[in-house]
Amino acid sequence: MTGTESGAFGVPRFAHGSRVPGWDRAADLEKDPEEVPDPATTPVPAELRAEIEEYMSRYPRVRSASIPALRAAQRHHGWCSPEAIEQVACVMRMTPAALTEVATFYDMTETEPRPPHHDVFVCTNISCSLRGAAEVYDAVCAAAEGEADIHARSFECLGACDIAPMASVDGVYVGPLEPADAATIVDDLRAGRPVLEDKQLARRPVADEEARA
Amino acid sequence: MKLLFDRIDQPNLNRLDTYRERGGYESLRRALAMSPDEVVAEIDASGLRGRGGAGFQMGKKASFIPKGDMDKYLVCNADESEPGTFKDRELMQKNPHQLIEGMGIAAHATGCNRAFVYIRGEYDYVADILEASLREAQEAGLLEHVILVVHRGAGAYICGEETALLDSLEGKRGNPRLKPPFPANQGLYQGPTLINNVETLSTVPHIIRMGGSEYAKLGTETSTGTKIVSVSGHVQRPGNYEIELGMSSRDIIFGLAGGPPEGRRVKLWFPGGSSSPVLTEEHLDLAYDFDSMAQAGSMLGSGSIIVVDDTTPVLDVAKWVAKFYTHESCGKCTPCREGTAWTLAMVERMDRGEATPMDLEIMSGVQEQIIGHCLCVLGDSMAMPIASMVKHFREELEEHIETARARREGLPVGDAPVPPEQVAV
Repeated sequence: MTGTESGAFGVPRFAHGSRVPGWDRAADLEKDPEEVPDPATTPVPAELRAEIEEYMSRYPRVRSASIPALRAAQRHHGWCSPEAIEQVACVMRMTPAALTEVATFYDMTETEPRPPHHDVFVCTNISCSLRGAAEVYDAVCAAAEGEADIHARSFECLGACDIAPMASVDGVYVGPLEPADAATIVDDLRAGRPVLEDKQLARRPVADEEARA
Repeated sequence: MKLLFDRIDQPNLNRLDTYRERGGYESLRRALAMSPDEVVAEIDASGLRGRGGAGFQMGKKASFIPKGDMDKYLVCNADESEPGTFKDRELMQKNPHQLIEGMGIAAHATGCNRAFVYIRGEYDYVADILEASLREAQEAGLLEHVILVVHRGAGAYICGEETALLDSLEGKRGNPRLKPPFPANQGLYQGPTLINNVETLSTVPHIIRMGGSEYAKLGTETSTGTKIVSVSGHVQRPGNYEIELGMSSRDIIFGLAGGPPEGRRVKLWFPGGSSSPVLTEEHLDLAYDFDSMAQAGSMLGSGSIIVVDDTTPVLDVAKWVAKFYTHESCGKCTPCREGTAWTLAMVERMDRGEATPMDLEIMSGVQEQIIGHCLCVLGDSMAMPIASMVKHFREELEEHIETARARREGLPVGDAPVPPEQVAV
């Protein structure tokens, strides 16, 4: 883990003192309970503030905006760092703890340090595994090895079993994949091209022939 | 008969003018001219059962929403995460206005002034399409009676459970709530809330267009209408197919989806996503509807058929199922949190050759302690398919366990005679 060290009681901390979040970590007995951050001492990038405020305006109660706001902060910072969470808390007038509990719950909010990166989620659930997801996942991991800005991980069902085995590359669904496609995915990401264009789900017609126009 | 999937690949169907050219938003206009009670009566007459998994009648659910002037909420459950299910994705991606129109009608029928689509975070690109279409409909003044917002989740299967979804929509961790009170009385922000699946709400415009009693003529008596079936796994043409409920399961798996590859046989199939107890080859001729599946000891669930052929060991399927539910258990209830992890550990132990056939009994016992003992059915969703695999494939599992054990201990595999020096004394 970068940028962290173990403090008293073996609690991992960031350099500025905040505890690294995680449900399985020991309680932090040293630090005072966090309060709603003071706007005077918590600078928030104007762009991020505007986006969070827009989300807050959509709901009858502002707390509902916590997931979209955290995801916006993650896009801005690369991950839900203590700093990012503090900024969201400051704008939403919530405690960082209330947002940290949300950030640690969901799969798409990262609470471990990560530089800005490309996400490659390889589905390894039943339907994909039946059609060779394990080999595809191994190949993707091998191709992404040493590429610091490509984050490959196995993922639960992404809802595209019609193109199994599949992966979501920065949110773009591609499949059916073969192990050989792993290198192409990495090359396409490197070159900034659309990923595996001919295997993108968005271009696929419905399977039900009678439903086609 | 195609309703939801009618010419679904028509170019630019996600655009308002294309949708209107083929009669879109006519049903909404007609519904708004009716009284809310009349609309609920039409939906009730259609017999439409929820397409998300539980199969509860939508008309009944809508009639539970209290009347009167108060904040009421309509929530569309688009957190489609059940393994094997991908129908809502295609419906929203290709025909988003159909859903928006259905929500407009449902909001009018129940008097909901706020509506949300809770869409799973992984479907970002679908949410973009939906939001663009929603903006078009709002700008055209079609949704003046309700404020509709697309809310994106962040990756959690449990948020497909209706009360966990509501907590998540309130900005908290997605933990299920104790029921009762049911969402119809105390749901989102403690207000009365109607929650329905994407496919259910997308069907509503067709019910208003055809009339409830006409819609009820489709399908069977207790499973009316059409259903999108997602077929995946070992079939030659995986994908979404719209069928009339009551069609033979064999016709879906072999006729539409092409069946397993040449020379292979269907070993088992999940009729309603990975949460449904598995069925075998002998169940292939059953009609595909809510009641037939329930009578066979399984369920229609979300209408997602996963086919497994004879090249895959049952224990592998059990492992994938257990691994998924272990990962997705929210941790609130002990039987589910511990039971799913225990089951996964036991299945892995069997695979490593560290178990004996007696462990199958222990594992079945664990499943019995999960079912019905939690706030929601996530634990049951693992326990039921695992228990059904032990029930239907006990011999194969016992053989798998023995073979793995023999391999681990360096003993001859199968029926080969054991060399005298290795015979345990």
